Amino acid sequence: MTGTKGALLHVDNITKRFFGFVALDGIDLEVQPGERLGLIGPNGSGKSTLVNCICGTLQNDSGSVQFDGKTLDGLAAHQRTHRGVSRSFQLPRPFHSMNLVDNLRIPLLYTVHARVGPLRSTGDLDARCLELLEMVGLAKKAKQLPRDLTQVEMRKLELARAVAAEPKLLIADESMAGLSHSEIEDILKLLMQLNERGITIILIEHIMSAVMSFSQRLAVLVSGKKVADGKPEEVVRDPEVVRAYLGQ
Amino acid sequence: MSSVNTAKFSLITIAVGAVVMAFAHWVHVDYLYFASYTILQFIVLATAWNILGGYCGYVNFGSAAFFAMGAYSSVFIHKLYPLPVPLLILIGGIVSGLVGFGMGYLTLRLRGSFFAIATLALAVVLQTLVVNWDFVGGSRGAYIIRPEELEFAGITINYIEYLFGLMLLLTMIALVTARTIERSQLGFGFATIRDDELAAEASGVPTLRLKLIATTLSGAFMGMAGAPFPYYIGYLQPSSAFGLEYAVNSIAMPMIGGTTSWVGPLIGAILLGSAQQYATVTISSAVNLLIVGLMLVGFVIIAPNGLIGLVQGWRRKWRQP
Repeated sequence: MTGTKGALLHVDNITKRFFGFVALDGIDLEVQPGERLGLIGPNGSGKSTLVNCICGTLQNDSGSVQFDGKTLDGLAAHQRTHRGVSRSFQLPRPFHSMNLVDNLRIPLLYTVHARVGPLRSTGDLDARCLELLEMVGLAKKAKQLPRDLTQVEMRKLELARAVAAEPKLLIADESMAGLSHSEIEDILKLLMQLNERGITIILIEHIMSAVMSFSQRLAVLVSGKKVADGKPEEVVRDPEVVRAYLGQ
Repeated sequence: MSSVNTAKFSLITIAVGAVVMAFAHWVHVDYLYFASYTILQFIVLATAWNILGGYCGYVNFGSAAFFAMGAYSSVFIHKLYPLPVPLLILIGGIVSGLVGFGMGYLTLRLRGSFFAIATLALAVVLQTLVVNWDFVGGSRGAYIIRPEELEFAGITINYIEYLFGLMLLLTMIALVTARTIERSQLGFGFATIRDDELAAEASGVPTLRLKLIATTLSGAFMGMAGAPFPYYIGYLQPSSAFGLEYAVNSIAMPMIGGTTSWVGPLIGAILLGSAQQYATVTISSAVNLLIVGLMLVGFVIIAPNGLIGLVQGWRRKWRQP
């Protein structure tokens, strides 16, 4: 690791405005390698905008994002994926004309392949796709189209595709919203497994029980500002967080 | 079918091409050459349109402009120093490829209907330029006297047969290219652009670069289809080169055949092209676009995914009743 002070991700004072509206107002955030960070905040607090600025879907107006010791500023989203930042979308965005295997083939072809060079044959690619589907329990539906999936399966596909890019950092944007209790357990177990394999994870979530059981550290955004960052048990007791996020 | 690799497919295409050529030579009716040339030209146009429109999902309404750029680059060079037609095809391809690259570059951020409108605007702008450019004939048009025969290595070839042969070769190249793209990493990348660009970027697909490759390739093939056109028609004027029928046909043919595979534009062009040729001879040439319009409406209602989609649907039902 050649990271600054050992941090994998280093977000330094970034700001993002949409015309007059300030979506992110001087956010600082550090994530250590292997860490599980929970990111919470009320609707419209800037969580997704932050994710978009880290992943390159949006470019921050000022400040900078360092990843793995190098700056990501100005890089397009696909270049950041190549560097090892991977994300799942809040609403699953599968490639709807492709079956599940081909959905996973894309990051393998365009990210992993680009990174390690032409090492994989078609057979290896197929095997890796199936392995990933196996991991999320979708191997039986390998040849089906995304439209044949249930909501929770769709979330799993979304995560599998993000993981297929073999990221160092995985950002899971509300991958549990609208799921039942057992389905949430399923996804949590999956995320823990990925973390055990050495993937650093930022989990953005509204479901507090899931965030609390998953996160080693919790950061809270309110109106584009970070109001708290620390141990989950302490953060949820922070008066400012309680006031802004949990109501009262 | 997926087991047929590109080399095998190329051989099959060459064999089919040779059979078509031999058959045409055996029949040896000039009209057959004229009519089939038009159909082949439409196969190339439809295939080219489909690279951008079908594979990437970017609808181009300006096909006529790319076709005309190819045709007018031939006129331009013919006036300077006549070159052999195969070279003109190459030049037409380069010119239209560059126009395609430029269009792609200027419209990279436009999606959906905005992109379509921009391509339409491009066609209008280019047509206005050509109308006001005296060297290539302006609005009067330009005559190109086609030789009756071509002497090549001691053999005399009927010129229309020669043009037909070139267009047949170009068709073969276009089909092999389209099919190769479809099965390659590039084809997968194109499909992600069609499905969801944000997700494509997140998976590491360089969408902007791929879009430029698609607009360039698509434009280049349209230009190549247009380059021999002045020699075929003998008299080229802006209103015919930029004609509505090219823009409409190159969209309608892939739509009717099916846009997800190279087979779609091929079937669509043969079907629609033949119907139009038949109507031109039996009814009138003005009925052409009416046929296209009616068939397009019919297919949008009955088979929105084209003939290929229809067949795939049947096969799926067949397998799981």
